[in-house]
Amino acid sequence: MAHYKLRTPLTELDIRRLRVEDTVAIDGVIFGIRDATQIRIFDRGVPPPADLTGAVCLHTAPGVRKRPDGTYEKLSIGTTTSTRMNRFVPGLVGKYGVRAIIGKGGVLEDSVAAMARHGAAYFAIVGGAAALTTKQIEAIERVWWEDLMPECFWQFRVKEFGPLIVAIDSHGESLYRRVRERAEQRVKEFRLK
Amino acid sequence: MTRRDFVQLPAGAPLMDDHRAAQAPAPGAARLPTIYEAVEAVARELYWRALKDIPPDVRAALRGGLQSERQSGNATAGQVLFTILENIRTADEQDTLVCQDTGLPIYKILVGGTLQLDIPELKERIRRGCQRATAEYPLRSNTVHPLTRKHTGTNTGQGIPVIMLDFIPGTDHIEVHMAPKGSGSENMSFLRMLNPEEGRQGIKKFVLDCVVASGAQPCPPVVVGVGLGGTSDLAVQLAKEASTFRPIGSSNGDPDVAQLERELLGLINQTGIGPQGLGGATTALAVHIEWAHTHITQNPVAVNMQCWRGERAHAVITPEGKVTYSHGAL
Repeated sequence: MAHYKLRTPLTELDIRRLRVEDTVAIDGVIFGIRDATQIRIFDRGVPPPADLTGAVCLHTAPGVRKRPDGTYEKLSIGTTTSTRMNRFVPGLVGKYGVRAIIGKGGVLEDSVAAMARHGAAYFAIVGGAAALTTKQIEAIERVWWEDLMPECFWQFRVKEFGPLIVAIDSHGESLYRRVRERAEQRVKEFRLK
Repeated sequence: MTRRDFVQLPAGAPLMDDHRAAQAPAPGAARLPTIYEAVEAVARELYWRALKDIPPDVRAALRGGLQSERQSGNATAGQVLFTILENIRTADEQDTLVCQDTGLPIYKILVGGTLQLDIPELKERIRRGCQRATAEYPLRSNTVHPLTRKHTGTNTGQGIPVIMLDFIPGTDHIEVHMAPKGSGSENMSFLRMLNPEEGRQGIKKFVLDCVVASGAQPCPPVVVGVGLGGTSDLAVQLAKEASTFRPIGSSNGDPDVAQLERELLGLINQTGIGPQGLGGATTALAVHIEWAHTHITQNPVAVNMQCWRGERAHAVITPEGKVTYSHGAL
């Protein structure tokens, strides 16, 4: 287990050296996306409003307050379950060049394979730890698609965002798979009475 | 009194409503709020408290988990639990929300049997308190139409907040329990009408299968709520009350059921799912079972999960409108 400090945008090299159970912290920019954001991109065919090459995406729908000048104040930014948005992962990493997805709950095997193919990884954040996440987000820099509020396309400025746990690496290894297979095996071995 | 469904109240609206303001004494005169005003204020306050202040029993269980993961040398599990406790500390220090998911609001209200109350007005005041909590903080609203997915923007809507109403004999106060049920855990809800012959073994197998199928998604370490018996709908409601309103460390009053709680907790924590589903011995902080008698041909089992934040808040309101807050225990 090693710890890495990463700066966005990420390169393939940044990602390929990571292995599951390593930890990372991120400086730079991350994009916030959620169900409705990705339904617009992939089901309605609307291209993402920002260049996602080397990007880090966070599965979130933040709680915010709009200031009189139209910018947004962060109130509570946390992470939602990624598994729900699994079907969008191959497109994000394959078509748009996303290098890392931050979420909780993990993604499924087709996404693990896509991430291995394209050099991307999944970083587990602690779900529900919004007080800390909000503190580590310095500012909401831009927002697109406000009609989807709160599931807009968000751009956050972050500093030492983490520690995040590499839960799926770019070599086809998934901590979620490892844990699930072990749990299924153990339940089979229980002698229930 | 008129129903006021889907009212979006402006931020900073006065606590008293129009028809009661007319009867209010002159400014400066001391006056306790009416019991309905107190219910509205409590409904608002409990929503905020539940989102900000993690109950002491949950904190203690998380600290216990951290200690045992560190002792067994599991760095990832230790890191996750340490981050959870740091997050709780940050929320305390900054007086802010622990988690961004403001949930679907659930209120369980126990009305003293000797109180004369206008129950529709009581329910209306709960709804209004919930709307005010949302507008005045402002909280993220999560309530959408199930088909059109259109937002109401108020954290209220048809059937929401969920209001469970019951009565306590021989008292004259109102107890309000509140939980803003987060969706990561609520999406991991299960019901199986087992055969009676599957018995205790079948119940255990089903609960374990639910926990393994849920994996990382309900934000473990979780409280596993199990509803046993009743009709199908009653089993689901019992599972929800078990996961949401019972403090960690409590056990069911029936010794056989309490024994099953202990056995299931031991088995669940041997699955190795661990904090956030990334591996470890702290998968569940507790297993709570609530039960009802059932039909001779039925064996209903429902499972509902509560995420690590175990959020709940509670208040007692006297007939004069005096309020005492706590974390509550059903």
